Amino acid sequence: MENGEGVVKKFCYINRKAPYGTIYALESLEVVLIAAAFDQDISLVFADDGVYQLTKGQATEAIGMKNFSKTYSALGDYDIKKIYVEKESLEERGLSAEDLQALKYEDEDDDWAEKDSLFVVERDELAGIIDEQDVILSF
Amino acid sequence: MKFGIVVNEGPYTHQSSDSALQFVKAALQKGHEIFRVFFYHDGVNNGTSLGVPPQDDRNLTLEWSGLAEKHGLDLVVCVAAAQRRGILDEDEMGRHGKSANNLAPGFRISGLGQLIESGIQSDRLVTFGD
Repeated sequence: MENGEGVVKKFCYINRKAPYGTIYALESLEVVLIAAAFDQDISLVFADDGVYQLTKGQATEAIGMKNFSKTYSALGDYDIKKIYVEKESLEERGLSAEDLQALKYEDEDDDWAEKDSLFVVERDELAGIIDEQDVILSF
Repeated sequence: MKFGIVVNEGPYTHQSSDSALQFVKAALQKGHEIFRVFFYHDGVNNGTSLGVPPQDDRNLTLEWSGLAEKHGLDLVVCVAAAQRRGILDEDEMGRHGKSANNLAPGFRISGLGQLIESGIQSDRLVTFGD
């Protein structure tokens, strides 16, 4: 425990803000990509305006911002396979799962079969998932 | 208990730095350990030595530096967030060919891995920000 080697904690990254307008979404993604190298048990949550981060067809040319939305589809390569989107947050914004990118990972225990890593969950269930975590970082 | 602290907002605009400072002082007073204070997002602006707040106001950077000196706190400023916002130490100044550096005493610049390590090593990771 002294140097943290071999310790696996449940880390949860909660994304609650729109992808553009503030830097939180982009800098959250930077944390997640670094965190993936630490062999911890990672979950991502998208709720409130954070659900907009995963929408398809983002076009940022007119606001002069870098479109980083394609990076989310690489999360599977970082072995991040638990991505929870709050159903009520989608509905409150007139969105559904069809508006979101399909996020996949390859399951090494199942002959590298491609599987969904994005799960739309209800608020009650999400509360339970968050309750199980050791470390929560909210952006 | 061993605490990791995260400060995600800049000084003065937002209360998060004040609240974090007060939390750290209270925790130390109660005999707890502060594993690290990690400054991210605009929180990196807490580490500038160039702030000159009015004399009748608190100086948050000086308070952090003073606390670090007194208690050996590890104050870490995220390198990527700091580069974006113009917070540089001497090394970074040289690396990027800049004409000045402004990292306050007691702070050091390092990577996001320091935040993850803080989460692993601490009993509780406490975030100050929105």
